[in-house]
Amino acid sequence: MRYDLFISGYGGQGVLLAGNLLSYGAIHEGKNVSFFPSYGVEKRGGAAMCTIVFSDGDTGSPVVGLPSVAIILNQLSWEKYASRVKQGGICLVNSSLVNMEDLVLDERELLAIPMNQISIDLGDVRMLNMVACGAYCEATGALAPESLKEALKNALPERNHRLIPANSKAIDAGVAAVSQLRKT
Amino acid sequence: MKQVFAKPASLKDVQTHFCPGCHHGSFHRLVAEAMDRFGIAEQTIGCASVGCSVFLYAYFNIDVVESPHGRAPAVATGVKRARPDRIVFTYQGDGDLAAIGTSEIIHAANRGEKITVIFVNNTTYGMTGGQMAPTTMPGQITSTSPEGRNVDNDGKPFKMAELLSNLDGVAFSARVAVNNPKNVMQAKKAIKTAFRYQVENKGFAFIEALAACPTNWGMNPMAANERVGNEMIPYFPLGIFKNKENL
Amino acid sequence: MSRYEKKFVKGNEAVAMAAIEAGVECYFGYPITPQSDIPEYLSRELPKRGGTFIQAESEIGAINMVLGASAAGMRAMTSSSGPGISLKQEGISYMSGSELPCVIVDVMRQGPGLGGIDASQADYHQATKGGGHGGYRIIVLAPNSVQEMYDLTMLAFDLSDQYRIPAMVLADSVLGQMKESIVPNQRPVAELPIKDWAVRGTGGAVQNVVKSLYLGDGEMEKFHWKMHARYQELADRDSRWEEYQTADAELIVTAFGCTSRIARTAVDMARSEGFKVGLMRPVTLFPFPKKAYRELSAKCKRWLTIELSTGQMVDDVRLSVFRDADVDFYGRPPGAGSLPTPEELFARIKNNFKDLMI
Ligand SMILES: Cc1ncc(C[n+]2csc(CCOP(=O)(O)OP(=O)(O)O)c2C)c(N)n1
Ligand code: SF4
Ligand SMILES: [Mg+2]
Repeated sequence: MRYDLFISGYGGQGVLLAGNLLSYGAIHEGKNVSFFPSYGVEKRGGAAMCTIVFSDGDTGSPVVGLPSVAIILNQLSWEKYASRVKQGGICLVNSSLVNMEDLVLDERELLAIPMNQISIDLGDVRMLNMVACGAYCEATGALAPESLKEALKNALPERNHRLIPANSKAIDAGVAAVSQLRKT
Repeated sequence: MKQVFAKPASLKDVQTHFCPGCHHGSFHRLVAEAMDRFGIAEQTIGCASVGCSVFLYAYFNIDVVESPHGRAPAVATGVKRARPDRIVFTYQGDGDLAAIGTSEIIHAANRGEKITVIFVNNTTYGMTGGQMAPTTMPGQITSTSPEGRNVDNDGKPFKMAELLSNLDGVAFSARVAVNNPKNVMQAKKAIKTAFRYQVENKGFAFIEALAACPTNWGMNPMAANERVGNEMIPYFPLGIFKNKENL
Repeated sequence: MSRYEKKFVKGNEAVAMAAIEAGVECYFGYPITPQSDIPEYLSRELPKRGGTFIQAESEIGAINMVLGASAAGMRAMTSSSGPGISLKQEGISYMSGSELPCVIVDVMRQGPGLGGIDASQADYHQATKGGGHGGYRIIVLAPNSVQEMYDLTMLAFDLSDQYRIPAMVLADSVLGQMKESIVPNQRPVAELPIKDWAVRGTGGAVQNVVKSLYLGDGEMEKFHWKMHARYQELADRDSRWEEYQTADAELIVTAFGCTSRIARTAVDMARSEGFKVGLMRPVTLFPFPKKAYRELSAKCKRWLTIELSTGQMVDDVRLSVFRDADVDFYGRPPGAGSLPTPEELFARIKNNFKDLMI
């Protein structure tokens, strides 16, 4: 299988860390990964976006036109990328910051998760990217949440390893949010 | 009510892309004030360099030529010789002027080109993400001097204002800073003089502007501003190193 | 952790890691996006291993430091992008004229002029036709993955030493910035000629001179024919390419670098809808694998060249294939937002089958 996804938000939301974490998670499961951060003139602040492809075989193109999944963390990303998700794909949206009224997405599953709220409840809004990653695992079944928790060691710099337990909890909260949504 | 903080007319009313606490914005303002003072905006041509100040045309209400990295003094020479009645200035970073462009600045200065040069020394390559510059302080950690600048390997930081003042072609050379109100006043005066020299056709004028780059120094704006006073000024003393009028 | 364990790294880091594995002794560079990770990595790692790292005052300075170190017999390299590579051309011409080996990494960005930092392939001509004056060629290797950024950097050092021709790794900002997991291979053992031509300053019976000034009657002409023969030998022995699904192809797509990756997924899309499409990717751009193109074009007459430019490699493709082959072109000149997607290339491939479908 070949999996592809976009992660998009603004600088400071941890887009690239989320991308790295999912990449390392896939590597832990023995997959090949291509991780392509979009690289704007505004390296500081501004928009942040990355594309991830992983596969048991060749990853092929690191550039993706219509991804099967998009993780959308802010309004601008919603406007830019939500409609690019393939039919039959999944859109994971940070409903804390995104107003989804203006766009109708048919033939795609829309999962609205209040990522800011969930991470604030866990004690730190900066973990919203972890919530998003957990949600990705549950929504797609492409990666096991346990692989991500393993991968935290690789994705986080050594000085932040003390944050692994809290981040693991945030991953679990993302998993729970999706399974809750799908039940209702 | 008296308006204290009007934008100089030579500057456009737009938000800049500079990071919070970056001194490029302050020096843009002082340059614009000098242009306003002499009413020369409409006859001024700017030569932008390659660095965080590459967008000169986006902020100044003047004509601008974008120069290759380091070559602004040569480009300015061409512009000034073609249009000797215009005011021509370059605005260059320390990587631009003191590394790749050393040859151009020294020769323009030595020829005594009647241009004004604003040289913004922030001890690093801002735009490319904080690599070592020729003005990086001894021991300063940058992304290409991970153990700190090693003067045995990389030499000591260039003192451009002093170096250029030794050339006969140079009419005015000064180093300024904007880290406190007193220094801002002096910087304002020196930049005005540097433009007046050109208005009066007196010769090559050089301003070295000590500047903070909080982003690549890994500091908040306050701490970065303090570093200018605590670390830079002791090594790069402020003052006028050459003033032809006083000779 | 073993040195040769899988690692998840940026393309630029892979280049720097490979240079160290290849035993680079001197690196001289100057910052420019999107390749600054290379000097940054080497400024950390090279001095630890007793190597020399200098951030030069300019790209001109850097390439001439490479010239000096190479003339002294060292493995030396530099890296840059667009504007910096242009500045290095004088030095590259001198090194070619002096038969000096070295490795130059070009992580292509937009141009002309200052351009911007998005991926480009518009420096193909500059790289493959001899970017400076005088009529020379350099070895040009075009990776299309982070693993190849690693492997081809190592190969560049060996080929360059073997043929005494400067070698360039021609990448782009997608390859430089993207991360993939790689196996940092061990340096292959190559029989390399001894650098008995290097300046050593040890006096003695033989005087070694490294130069490109030839004033004697017929001397320069002889030099040119000698190099010409060497380029031919290089083409015969070391042309490299990769074919994918070409055996039964009715259309062959050809692209290099990051574009070949995008094209490969487009080929898979086409195959899954029953279109017989293959991919031909040159790995050496100089020497261009002419013979392989020619042989493939005996069987397949429809070609589509894809590049991030208005068309440069397509000239070499047209010169290589049989005359009755039809070579179509699709280009996206470099710039923000101009990277083609696999879907877009698939649509373009389908377009080439239109007349067959009626
Ligand atoms: C020939 C060439 N080499 C390198 C670069 C990359 N480059 C862009 S800006 C810059 C240096 C910027 O530093 P500085 O001049 O100090 O300006 P600052 O951003 O700090 O104000 C460099 C090296 C380039 N554009 N052209
Ligand atoms: S990187 Fe430094 S020089 Fe550039 S805008 Fe930011 S603070 Fe200013
Ligand atoms: Mg600077």
